[in-house]
Formats: sequence, structure tokens, C-alpha cells
Amino acid sequence: MTVVETTYREAMRAALRDAMTRDERVFLMGEDVGRYGGCFAVSMGLLEEFGPERIRDTPLSESAFVGAGIGAAIGGMRPVVEVMTVNFSLLALDQILNNAATLLHMSGGQVAVPLVIRMTTGAGRQLAAQHSHSLEAFYAHIPGLRVLAPATLEDARGMLWPALLDPDPVILFEHGSLYAVSGPLEDAAPEVDITSAAIRRAGVDVTVVAWGGCLGKALAAAETLAAEGISAEVVDLRVLRPLDSATVLASVRRTHRAVVVDEGWRSGSLSAEVAARIAEEVFYDLDAPVERVCSAEVPVPYAKHLEDAALPQAETVAAACRRAVGAGG
Amino acid sequence: MLAQMVRIRRFEEACVQLYSQTRIRGFMHLCIGEEAVAAGVMGALAERDAVVSTYREHGHALARGLPMPEVMAEMFGRASGSSRGRGGSMHLFDTTRRFYGGNAIVAGGLPLAVGLGLAERMQHRDGVAVCFFGDGAAAEGEFHESLNLAALWRLPVLFVCENNLYAMGTSIERELAVPDLALHAAAYGMPAWPVDGMDVEAVDQATRRALDDVRSGEAPVFLEMRTYRFRAHSMYDPELYRDKAEVAHWRERDPVEVFAARLRGEGVAVDEELTLVESAVAAEIAEAVSFAEAAPLEPVEDLTRFVHSEEGQR
Ligand SMILES: Cc1ncc(C[n+]2csc(CCOP(=O)(O)OP(=O)(O)O)c2C)c(N)n1
Repeated sequence: MTVVETTYREAMRAALRDAMTRDERVFLMGEDVGRYGGCFAVSMGLLEEFGPERIRDTPLSESAFVGAGIGAAIGGMRPVVEVMTVNFSLLALDQILNNAATLLHMSGGQVAVPLVIRMTTGAGRQLAAQHSHSLEAFYAHIPGLRVLAPATLEDARGMLWPALLDPDPVILFEHGSLYAVSGPLEDAAPEVDITSAAIRRAGVDVTVVAWGGCLGKALAAAETLAAEGISAEVVDLRVLRPLDSATVLASVRRTHRAVVVDEGWRSGSLSAEVAARIAEEVFYDLDAPVERVCSAEVPVPYAKHLEDAALPQAETVAAACRRAVGAGG
Repeated sequence: MLAQMVRIRRFEEACVQLYSQTRIRGFMHLCIGEEAVAAGVMGALAERDAVVSTYREHGHALARGLPMPEVMAEMFGRASGSSRGRGGSMHLFDTTRRFYGGNAIVAGGLPLAVGLGLAERMQHRDGVAVCFFGDGAAAEGEFHESLNLAALWRLPVLFVCENNLYAMGTSIERELAVPDLALHAAAYGMPAWPVDGMDVEAVDQATRRALDDVRSGEAPVFLEMRTYRFRAHSMYDPELYRDKAEVAHWRERDPVEVFAARLRGEGVAVDEELTLVESAVAAEIAEAVSFAEAAPLEPVEDLTRFVHSEEGQR
């Protein structure tokens, strides 16, 4: 087993290549995935390797090609459908919610939809409101979907294959700021568990729950806090639906404090769901109110200082942790 | 084909009765008047073809071979129903017969049919994906996206538009800038032609010809079935948008009567045959109703089954 320096983007590409090699029913379809190489360059080179049948450029028709992915899955294929960003996926929300997530139940268990949809999410690159939103909570709201947020190189490399083995629809959210992140990765990446959250850093004073693009910020905050003598445990939620509350609750039982970081808007968010579960299940273990660090309730602005101010940052996470442990902030 | 149309007609008439007795609930859309489309298209399909239908699908389902007792049990919301009581009138499914619903989102089934056609192509099979939808669906974006994609990739999809002139209470002139549906299909480079949807033989012949074209791999084909629903849009519709004279006019073209008259003209002993058919259908319906009535309810403990796949059904 060798360890190589790689990027999140390359890890994702390796996962696609691996899946297409393992199972000839797997194909990738989406806007500009072929000749262009993927709008985030994830599928660069795959067209040459696998040909236009399996690396399939689609017209700008989110609803039709996501729906065609669902139909192809029903028809015996294992499609991976790429939607450029979660903002655009709203044009396909009908297909995802009314068909992909619903057909199995509505057909009394007959029509399973083994489909994987990949989409980019998140802000931080000054792309303004129509390219920056974190709408994971919309999808995490829907029964019948599995929603994953790979935040690490291991997860980027390892989540796709188990997602394809899942007989039901899976959505993979790739945070746009992660593609260029690099680090060491085993070249034969082990398979990743797609049912549970992961503890990325152990700690005893406060539990920080984060996922996707916010995981790095949470870990950076934990680093800062460690220098101040505060030990933060960082839980990578990773599976946004069905939620693995057990891991979160067990952590909070140990640390007695919780801070939930969410790049989505606070109102009606995933952070609200996590906080509610903590309140419902481990209320008497808490030594402080649950803190939430979310995006400001504005469409994400373009100007850098405004965008930064709108998003959770390592410093705002650290401040919330200090408040939780009563260390001022 | 005559027997099939009579079977659909009587089944739906029985449903009306059962609905008024509140044994069937929810939205229920009848295809009375449109039976020639269901019987004609389904009769021309092969088992390997995949079918995507709409909320007005009783006729499609029965003509496709879904057992009437299971269809009736679904309307009753029973565990023995086609969809275990989770779908109802609008969501009949039977994967063993490649019948993929029962879709109540207008135009929502079109992309699925495109994908089913893609799956046929990519697996080197020669099944065709057949998609039913109404004239109202032609105003939706998904209609245009789907026609474009199917034509662009030359997929084996047969689009069957049931043009009954109304989308609920909105007449086709008030919903489409260009009410000639073949022109829409032509814009995507797809062969398209109108068919007399009140004439089951015309439907049968047009479907066979279209399927030959699609199977030979040239491109998708679009059929515009000109038809009419004799009854209201759904059981809740007071039908204020069209006058009785118009309905009466179309009733003169009743697909069952038209076909029977033609056969009579050809010297076929239609009336004797119809007597036999009627009694067989009456017996089939009675059996379906008693099956549905006796069928168990899905246990409430099983409410959350089939949200995700279970072991054993993968
Ligand atoms: C996306 C969507 N919008 C609205 C409705 C409500 N609705 C149900 S049936 C219908 C009319 C559809 O007309 P058409 O497609 O011509 O089919 P027909 O009922 O004539 O068979 C409408 C508006 C719906 N089910 N789905």
C-alpha cells in the first residue's frame, strides 16, 4: 500500500474511474462532464478513457437528465449524475423528490432507484448568490434519499462505490472549496462507511458538529482552542440523511456542551435538526445551551469581506465554543 | 380489442359506484372515452417494452395486463394492491410487467421514459420505452427537455400524447401557443403524426408502425392521439368549462360503438360476442371487488417500509 499526495478533485476522479472499471453499468452523465472535463475538472480525462457512451455530456436540462438518470437506474444501469451546483439542482428537484425518493414507496417496494447524484455546494469563492448556497438541508429533509457530505480525501475517494452499491438514491455534496485541498491518501483507499458520522478529533470539553466545507473550519477552531487549554471534540456529521444522531449524542454525553456549525441559513436548517435532537435526547447532560454557528440570513454576497462575514469562520466557531465552556468570547 | 375496451369501460363504471359508496377515495381520474388509446397501444407492445403512465392510468394498467383484482385492491388501499395500498388510483405499478406507474406530476414521467430508453440502448436490448401524457403536459418544461434529449441521443422512446383537448378545465387553445402538437415534436426533429384516438384499429396500426421505426433505431417517435374524455376530469370536477353539446357530439364517436359498428358491417357476430364479453367482464369485476374487500390492510407497523430498499429485494 502506497501513500500518494493527491487532491480532493483527484480523489473524486479516482473514485469515478474505479467505479466505472468495476461495474460496466456505471456511467457518468451531466453538463460538461465530457469534453470540457467537468466544470470543476473532476472528470478531466475520463472521456478519453471511457468514451462518450459512458462519459455523457448532456444539454442544459437539469430536470430531463436527472430524470433520465432515474429512468436509466430503473432500467438496470448504475448512473452517476452530476449537477453543476446545488443551486441549479432546484430545476431537478421535482425529479429528485417526486420520483427518485418516492417511487420505491409509492410502488409498494417494487421500483428501487439505484442512482447517485453528485453536486457542488457552498460558498467561499466570491461567486455571489446564485452559485454559493448550501441547500443540503432541502435534500436532507426528504425520506427515501441518502445524503452524504464527503469532507476529507478519504471520503471523496471512498464514498462513491458504497453509494453505488446502495439500491436507493444517494446524493453526494461536494463543497466547492474542497476540490483543491491536497494531502496524503492511500492509493487503494479503503471503503468508507456511508451510514455513520466520524469523530475527526477527540476532545473532552465541547463537541463541535460540522460537515463538508465547515469541517476544516471546525478543526482549525479546535486547534486554536487547544492552545487555550480547551479540548474540543470535532464530529464530522458526514451523513446528512439518515442522520447518525447516536455518534453526536454519545459525544455530547461525554463533553456536556455542543456547538453546531452549518453553512446553511439558521432558520429551518440542518443545525436546527441536530440541536433539536440534542435537546430531545441528552438535555440533562448539557452544561450549557447548544450553540449554533450558521450563515447570516442573506443571499450570499459577492464582495469578499461581506461573503466572509456571512459565513461561519474558524474564529466564530472558536468564540461559540468559548461561550459554551464559559470561557468568555 | 373490443373486449379490452369493454373491460376498461365497465371497470371504471364500477369504480364510480364504489367511489360514491366511499369505498374508493382520493383523486380518481377516469379514461372513459379514451379506451381505444389504452387498448390499441398496449396491444401493440411487446413484453420487453417499458411503460410510463399518468394519473389517468386505469385503462393503461388493465390493458398492460395488471390483474384486475390487484388494481381494485389498490384502489381500496389494501395490502394486496398493485402498490400495497401506498399508491392508490394514481400510482399503479407492476415491475413484472414493466409498468412503471402511475405518475401524478404532469410531465414528470417523460424524463423517466427517456432514461428507460437510454438503459435499453446502453444494455443493447431492443425494448422501447413508451410514455403516456396529456396535451397539458406539452406546456411543461420537462416535456421540451425530454423530447430534445430523446431526439438528440436518438433513443428508443415512443411518446404517446393523449390529446383530449383539455388540461383539467383549460382547453388546448388556452394552454398552447401552438396547439398542433406534431409541430412541437417536429421542432425536435422527431417523426410525429396525429392518430384518430377514437378508432382502436387506427391506434393499433399507428403504434405498430411507430414501434417499428423506433426499434429500427432511427429516433424516437411522437404520436398524437386525438381523443376525448366523456367524463369529468376527476370525481371532484363540476365541469363548468365545456358544454353538454360538445360532449354529446364526441359521444357519437364512442370508441366502443364505432368499432362494434365496423365489425358488424364486416359481418362479424358482434352482438353475440358482446354478450359473452359483458358477462365475463361482470364476473371479473365482481371477483375483483370481492378480492379487494377481503384483502388485508397493510399493518400500520409497516408504515415506514419501502422508504429504503430492504434486504432480499435488492
Ligand atoms: C406539475 C403539475 N401541475 C399541476 C397538476 C394538477 N393537474 C392534475 S391533472 C392536470 C391536467 C393535465 O392535463 P393533461 O396533461 O392534458 O392530461 P389529461 O388530464 O387531459 O389526461 C393538472 C393541471 C399536476 N398534477 N402536476
